[in-house]
Amino acid sequence: MTVQAWLLDDSPKSRGQAAAGRAYRVTLDLLRNPLAVLGALIILGLILTAIFAPWIAPESPVGQDLSNRLLPPSAEHWMGTDELGRDIFSRVVYGARITLLIVGLVAVISAPLGLLIGAVSGYFGGWTDRVLMGITDVFLSMPKLILALAFAAALGPGIENAIIAIAITTWPAYARIARAETLTIRNSEFVAATRLLGASHTRLIARHILPLCTSSMIIRVTLDMAGIILTAAGLGFLGLGAQPPLPEWGAMISRGRSFILDQWWVATMPGFAIIIVSLGFCFLGDGLRDVLDPKSEGKS
Amino acid sequence: MGGHMTAISLNHVDIAYDGQRVVHDASFEVATGESFALVGESGSGKSTVLKAIAGLAPEWSGRIEVLGQPGSHRPDRTLARHCQMVFQDPYGSLHPRKTVDAVLSEPLAIHRIGGQDARVEQALADVGLDRRFRFRYPHQLSGGQRQRVAIARALMLEPQVMLLDEPTSALDVSVQAEILNLLKRLRRERGLTYLMVTHNLPVVSFLCERMAVMNKGRIVEIAPATALHDGAFRDPYTQKLYAASGGA
Amino acid sequence: MTLLSVENLAVSFPTSRGRVNVVDGLSFELGRERLGIVGESGSGKSMTGRAILRLIRPPGRMTGRLSFEGRDLTSLGERDMRALRGARISMIMQDPRYSLNPVMTVGTQIEEALWVHERLPRRDMRARVRDMLEAVRIDDPDRVARLYPHEVSGGMGQRVMIAMMLIPRPSLLIADEPTSALDVSVQGDVLRLIDDLVRDHGMGLILISHDLPLVARYCDRILVMNAGRMVETCNAGDLHAASHPYTRGLLAAVPRMHETRDELPVMDRSAWAGT
Repeated sequence: MTVQAWLLDDSPKSRGQAAAGRAYRVTLDLLRNPLAVLGALIILGLILTAIFAPWIAPESPVGQDLSNRLLPPSAEHWMGTDELGRDIFSRVVYGARITLLIVGLVAVISAPLGLLIGAVSGYFGGWTDRVLMGITDVFLSMPKLILALAFAAALGPGIENAIIAIAITTWPAYARIARAETLTIRNSEFVAATRLLGASHTRLIARHILPLCTSSMIIRVTLDMAGIILTAAGLGFLGLGAQPPLPEWGAMISRGRSFILDQWWVATMPGFAIIIVSLGFCFLGDGLRDVLDPKSEGKS
Repeated sequence: MGGHMTAISLNHVDIAYDGQRVVHDASFEVATGESFALVGESGSGKSTVLKAIAGLAPEWSGRIEVLGQPGSHRPDRTLARHCQMVFQDPYGSLHPRKTVDAVLSEPLAIHRIGGQDARVEQALADVGLDRRFRFRYPHQLSGGQRQRVAIARALMLEPQVMLLDEPTSALDVSVQAEILNLLKRLRRERGLTYLMVTHNLPVVSFLCERMAVMNKGRIVEIAPATALHDGAFRDPYTQKLYAASGGA
Repeated sequence: MTLLSVENLAVSFPTSRGRVNVVDGLSFELGRERLGIVGESGSGKSMTGRAILRLIRPPGRMTGRLSFEGRDLTSLGERDMRALRGARISMIMQDPRYSLNPVMTVGTQIEEALWVHERLPRRDMRARVRDMLEAVRIDDPDRVARLYPHEVSGGMGQRVMIAMMLIPRPSLLIADEPTSALDVSVQGDVLRLIDDLVRDHGMGLILISHDLPLVARYCDRILVMNAGRMVETCNAGDLHAASHPYTRGLLAAVPRMHETRDELPVMDRSAWAGT
């Protein structure tokens, strides 16, 4: 039996095969969407760049060479050099690590937090719901970037604090989505049936409700990634994110601002990187939405 | 809890939803091993009675007993071992992301019962599902197969009492026949007590021994199922329902 | 006289295993009579109803010949088809709650249905709506016309739907499971109402349902479908003499009011899966 036949088997023989089969089907569906594939490739590129940065980058991201200041893009310096003579291409490559770190940590902190708060709020309803959603609304009612700015300013500039500040501003949206999903799931018959089996609230939320909220969460987080990168870049731009000499893309644009008229490449190159990665996440997010949407499940 | 003569008894039970009373003064008893039907049209409160017995409709007053144990206002772990429910919608009563295996293992995991593998296989065989269905997801099953899984799940904890909420009304007639046969066989083999909610009188005639007819939240008549043969009902509403259902 | 003739109708949808015909080579003729199409879920009965109105959305595809009152429906443009839908052929769906617009009053919606096909002075419109509501046996038409869909019961909602569908005086009515969302005591009323209106207006009726005995009670002729194909067609009165094992199986599987069988006969699906 070929691997494919094993994966697409209508009657799997084990738990593992069933799960692998489902994952395979989702992947197949995703591959049918060219934009999603493009998005996935961009993000794969980002990850590979981050991992292999030392091998890809021709020069050190922080090594200064004042004799080669502000050189335009050339065969030697693909993206030119900045005001301290550093190779911009190398800095953009190393910047992928920082971007990935920000994106990853924000997702790891805010998505589970929002998911949990939303699911608990939606499941129990009543006072729990009112209190939790009240707090959520307070956060939601403030503009994201301003709130992140306030937190970053209060916590002090730095990449870790920027991540915390962004995470604090992103979870409320996830809590809202998770709550809305939970409200529709809560009254379904399979929840009632599981309650009748004697399952505890914790078990119901953790094993039955959360898994159903995760797919919309994955979609939303992926789509939000672009915004997170932009917020991080914004913080970096304003000097509240990554500190020099870290090659953070937003901070790089900020530095390049002074030379934008004469040495356009200093600000533009990291700007391209931000746009491409943001687009990649958007494409992938859209593709995932078509594939993972629970409402479209079962029609295939 | 073996030797109770009465499996389910309701005594002057009122049930409310959000403060609004939907069932008034319901009283009936179901003997152990009996198959009893609650019949009525939509809005009659028949499903609400079932939910109250299961603990899913918390706002009730009066007296509910299941196998001598007083009824609870929320689902109860001990009750779970003795009384289970099968729902109407075979599409809504199974978790869309869980395999048949996961659905059937869940009750065992909750009650820390061992030998899951063998029990799941046995349960599938008991409801007439082939082993190859074990690791399928609900969307790979037909309506009838899903309902078999739901019945198997309810039977995993080996309850004595089964609450059936319109278990066949969402199914095609030929599938309905299979599920009705299955329910009948399981009752015979395991000595189960059934309390079934339905609007379908011929189904009552096939599966039940007695029936309570509900209208606008009240029980208007309790009659033996044999009354369906000749229409010997005394309540005018029951007579109307009987005539509308094609009874002579 | 033939009202509708369907010739070799096929409806197909793409699946992961290629295109699958959900209706497969169906042919029948309908005069000003009541035809019941019976089948289980997936038999293609609803798709047949939708195909007659050319309501199959892509990626679904239909082929075959449909002619209605002598006009070839398959060659009509979408614009002409829209003029035909509602005006000449109407369809009643399963659940009135999903078919009615929740933010418009019942009266306005019925007026709208008429307005689309016939421009009348306001006063005449009101009168037509009133008459129609009376025709569907609503006792208090003026009050009901001012209600919103959520304020009417299921049976009343279905009557409103019927009023809406019949007010442009179509010559063919397609009713797809018109009563399966309703209580038994209301079902009879609604079906009798449809029956009377169809007779009074000399219309053709296609009643699509899964309920064989019910269809037999309200139709002249019955067409049994399975897996997209016609299994058998017979006069309603001769249903008990139906010869095809599928039809016989369907009939036998229904529990009876004075049930004495210990087990219901179950169909062996594999026996005619190929036919």
